[in-house]
Parts: sequence; C-alpha cells; structure tokens
Amino acid sequence: MGLKSKDLLTIEELTVEEISLVLDTADSMKEISTRDIKKVPTLRGKTVINLFYEPSTRTRTSFEIAGKRLSADVVNISTSTSSVVKGETLKDTGKNLQAMNPDLVVIRHPAPGAPKILADNLSSSIINAGDGAHEHPTQALLDIFTIRERKGHLDRLEVAIIGDIRHSRVARSNIYALSKTGAKVRVFGPHTMIPPFIERMGVTVCATLEEAIKDVDVIMMLRIQLERQGDFLFPTLREYSRFFGLDLEKLKMARPDVMIMHPGPINRGVELSPEIADSPYTLILDQVTNGVAVRMALLYLLIGK
Amino acid sequence: MKQTGYKVIMDREDIDRILTRIAHEIVERNRDCEELYLIGIRKRGVTLAQRISEKIKGIKGGEIPIGALDITLYRDDLSEIDAQPVIKKTEIPFSVKGKKIILIDDVLYTGRTIRAALDGIIDLGRPQFIQLAILLDRGHRELPIRADYIGKNIPTSRKELVEVKLMEDDGTEEVILIEEGIDGP
Repeated sequence: MGLKSKDLLTIEELTVEEISLVLDTADSMKEISTRDIKKVPTLRGKTVINLFYEPSTRTRTSFEIAGKRLSADVVNISTSTSSVVKGETLKDTGKNLQAMNPDLVVIRHPAPGAPKILADNLSSSIINAGDGAHEHPTQALLDIFTIRERKGHLDRLEVAIIGDIRHSRVARSNIYALSKTGAKVRVFGPHTMIPPFIERMGVTVCATLEEAIKDVDVIMMLRIQLERQGDFLFPTLREYSRFFGLDLEKLKMARPDVMIMHPGPINRGVELSPEIADSPYTLILDQVTNGVAVRMALLYLLIGK
Repeated sequence: MKQTGYKVIMDREDIDRILTRIAHEIVERNRDCEELYLIGIRKRGVTLAQRISEKIKGIKGGEIPIGALDITLYRDDLSEIDAQPVIKKTEIPFSVKGKKIILIDDVLYTGRTIRAALDGIIDLGRPQFIQLAILLDRGHRELPIRADYIGKNIPTSRKELVEVKLMEDDGTEEVILIEEGIDGP
C-alpha cells in the first residue's frame, strides 16, 4: 500500500483510496507532535529541500517541522537570496539541486505547472506547495483532514467556499478533494471572482451569502489577495467586507454548529470579522496543527522507503 | 511460493492456559504490581495485552493500564520491503517515565521488532525497566534480545511460517505452523 506516483502535484490526479491513505496516516502521525521528544527516526538520512518562489510562513515552516520530526534533513531555499535573482531558469535550478541528491523537493511557484516541470526533469519526489492559481494539494488535504477529524466523515457534508474562487488554488484543490470524498460544495463571491463554467467541477454557485451558508456544515473563507487589488475585481474593501465577509450577525443565518475554516493569513475585518476570527467556530489553528501531521504523512508515503 | 501444508501447534485452550501462566509469572516477579503497565505491539500484541491485563486483574484485583505501540516508524527494513506498511496509531495513555513496563507481542523471531519497540518506548520517556512477554519463541535471533516471559518455545526452520490468529483480530483462535512457507530472510 502506498501512493502510485513519486510526486504529489495535484488533488485532481489522486484516487479516493490514496486520499484516505494520506488522511489515515496523518491521523497516526499526529501523536508524535504531542510527545516530549517530538521526533521519530523514520526518515534519517533523507534530504528534503524547500524551494519557495513565493512568500510563505505557514506552509514552509510546516514542511520544515514535518521533515524534522521524521528526522529528515531539511534545507530551505528562498529565491530572493538565491541564483534565481541572477536569472537561472527553473529547469536549471532543478537540475543543480538534483546534482546534490535530495530525496524530495517541495516547490511553491507563481506559475501553474511549475512543479510538473520539476517532476518531469528530476528523479527526486516533488510536492506542489502551491502553483499559481492552479492547485495547493497539501492545503486541501489538511482541510479535509480537519473536517473529518471533527465530523467523523466527509461524505454528504455540505461545504461553502466563499471569496475569490477564480484566483484561488486552495479553492480548486478543495473542490477536487471534497467532491472526490463525497461532500457537496457551494461557492459564493463577487461575480468577477467566480470563474465561468465552474459548475462543471460539480459545484453550485450561490447568489447570496444567505443561500451560501444556510444549512452548511463547513464554511471555508478564502483570503482576499490584496496584492491583486490592481485588478479592480470589486470596488472597495469595505464593500467586499459588507457583502462577502462574515461577522457574528451574518453567521446567525448558518447552523449553530457550523465550522469556519480559513487557509490563512487572515485579513482581519475583511473576509472575517475579528470576533469571528477569535471565536470557537473557527478551526484556523487546528488547520495549522493538522498541516504538520498531513505533511509528515506525505513525506513518509513519498520517501519513507 | 510453495506451500506443502500446515499444522496447528496451539489451540484456544493452549493459548488461554499460557496467558494465565504468564499473568501469574508477571505478578510473581512484580509482587505489588504498582507502577506496572502493559504495552502491546500492534496488532496482536495489543489483544494479548488486554487479555493478560484482565487475568492479572482476576489474580490481584485492580486495573493494569495498557497501551498500544505501532513500530512502523522505527523499523530498520523500510527500504527493503516491497509494500510500504500502513502506519497505525500509537496510543499510550500514560507517561512511561519511571514505570515498570511489560512489552507484549505474539511471536519472537529475529528480535528486530522488539528492538524497534524498545526505541519507540524509550523515545516516550525513561521507564524504570522494560520486560518482554511473548506468546511463542521460534528462535533465529538476529539481535541480542531475549524474553522474560515465554509462552512456548517452538523450534522452527527459517523456511517455515508461524501464524497467530486471535478471535478479536482474526475471528478464529489458533497458532499454525506453515511448512515450507515463504523463504525466510
């Protein structure tokens, strides 16, 4: 039993059985992070390289901690201080890293498909830690892990994803992951941020916030990418927050036991009011804790033998 | 793989009698049973630990807590086996620090599983001691490891295969010896 591919590039190409295997393995890994000595010897002598072409705190740290808890050697490369600024191509950077025999490379890149280029050119395993607006598979896996942990199952759950669906790799990976595991997904956001033909992915597009959050088990709020403000996809942040943000008043339209998730970093007062961000409804910090367990599982499954 | 047949070497009654004896031996060697904890190796060691705990309770009264240990993350042969093992949960609901630990498994063979288990337990803290209880010892040790409580010694060849089946895990209760099974290491 294991994963079929040497790489994890997308949720789209994972089978339901592979998703279950990752979640079950993560469930067993979680205990290690609660020990006094948070380390097991499993990946001793393996090298993991974090190659990040975009800023990240959570994902990069999470991969680093996951690797170290399994005793792998983890090397971080941030491209702003590397040869990338001298114009080295992705393929060349990859081949040079390969020459140092890493077992696994974690890559985040602004261009969709960049991890695939590395995977095709390197014999090491590749994990996609986010490629442009394409996919962010480890985020989706930790999200559904968090939901499954709380609800006990995923099938038949109703999940609303709210915000900038169009630019969101988190939304895309989650739509695949949730649909494959039997959950039903609704999306809601400004019209300019709902990609045309999104229904073909099997989701329902909602017209109002009420329609989106009524009777759902889980609300996933997406981060408004303030760095894309130049795109004029909505008039003002205040207007966005009024129509698409969540506060305690609007939350009354949802079920009292609804779970609120957010991939972070939060824009406080934009997509989530501060009261909600700090409320017991949100599982944001559980998501971060579970992220380490899910990434430990993936490292074990990809390079554990 | 060639299989020429098998024979039952322990039945339900044998297993029960052996576990009763091991429980008595554990009580005898650890008189007050204070700070005594059982840890079973997944998965059949856990079942055996539960049964031994029940039996000690019958002899001495009082609960003997048990934990479950998965040794996959500590194996030394992960790169050598074909199918990647699935990791199960390690659930040890007590601190092992300063405790008297009885480690329990079904079959003692090369000793590598026990080596992995010892590392796994010691990573959780420093016990006062660890003793090993085993349902059957089939010999062929590859590491300097021995059991403190042995249910039964069964001479085997490396080519033979020993299979322990317990009601809770397998729906039937017996130990069988498969002759000329898969080649040993």
